Amino acid sequence: MTMKASNRRVDGVTILDLSGRITLGEGSVVLRDQIRELLGKNEKKILLNLGDVTYIDSSGIGELVSAFTTVRNQGGELKLLNLTKKVHDLLQITKLYTVFDVKDDEASAIKAFTK
Amino acid sequence: MGDCGGATLSARKNEFMTLERVSYTLDSTLDSVNKAEQTAEELAAKMPFEEEDCHRIAMAVREAAVNAVLHGNAYDPKKKMTVSFENTGNALVIKIVDQGRGLRDEDIPDPLAEENLLKQSGRGIFLIRSFMDEVKIRNLEPGTEITLVKHIGQSSETATEGRQ
Repeated sequence: MTMKASNRRVDGVTILDLSGRITLGEGSVVLRDQIRELLGKNEKKILLNLGDVTYIDSSGIGELVSAFTTVRNQGGELKLLNLTKKVHDLLQITKLYTVFDVKDDEASAIKAFTK
Repeated sequence: MGDCGGATLSARKNEFMTLERVSYTLDSTLDSVNKAEQTAEELAAKMPFEEEDCHRIAMAVREAAVNAVLHGNAYDPKKKMTVSFENTGNALVIKIVDQGRGLRDEDIPDPLAEENLLKQSGRGIFLIRSFMDEVKIRNLEPGTEITLVKHIGQSSETATEGRQ
């Protein structure tokens, strides 16, 4: 299953709903293009909803890191929402869990963005 | 036991026992990476591994295949990747060989080091070592052979103790 992405705006935060696989090739490219597009529209508060992401490989992890640093370098914020156990475990063993701001509730995640 | 196949443990064991070794020679493409990953998952599912281990084996194979195709062979259509799966009776042994310039263990950076934590790449070998019981990297000059071993009956929690 390839990755699908759609976005919606809630209280000034863009929620990017992702589903499928974020892997080398299509999935990573889709994520990169989405982030670039949002930043191009000056949407810098981004919540990545990974609830329906079934699989991430090291390339996908790299793309998440790249998205995080790119948004941060442009003065924005990027948070992660609804990690599956597999993605959670991957971020734990790569020591990235504490680098990302990870949330498991959409409403509180939106409130956590800087006003 | 939360295994990843639907058949009983003994039935799956018998099925897998008929397969001793299979080998594929594949083009240096992303399709080959997907094929290697899918084959690993299917073969692991026929062995008495837990579901989590099947996933880990498949992911380790994917990472090794990506290394072979992307970093080793650099998508060169003249270069091939060879993937073999062997049932030794008590383990699944996977070898992935590329025809690239060769990878040396000492050149692999530690992705957990503070200065590498936010780098976009460099986590593949680390994940492979995290997911398999044994990992050996051999520089073939040219080319690289990576051997991945997952022992039957060794839980995920103890797996990292035996890694190399």
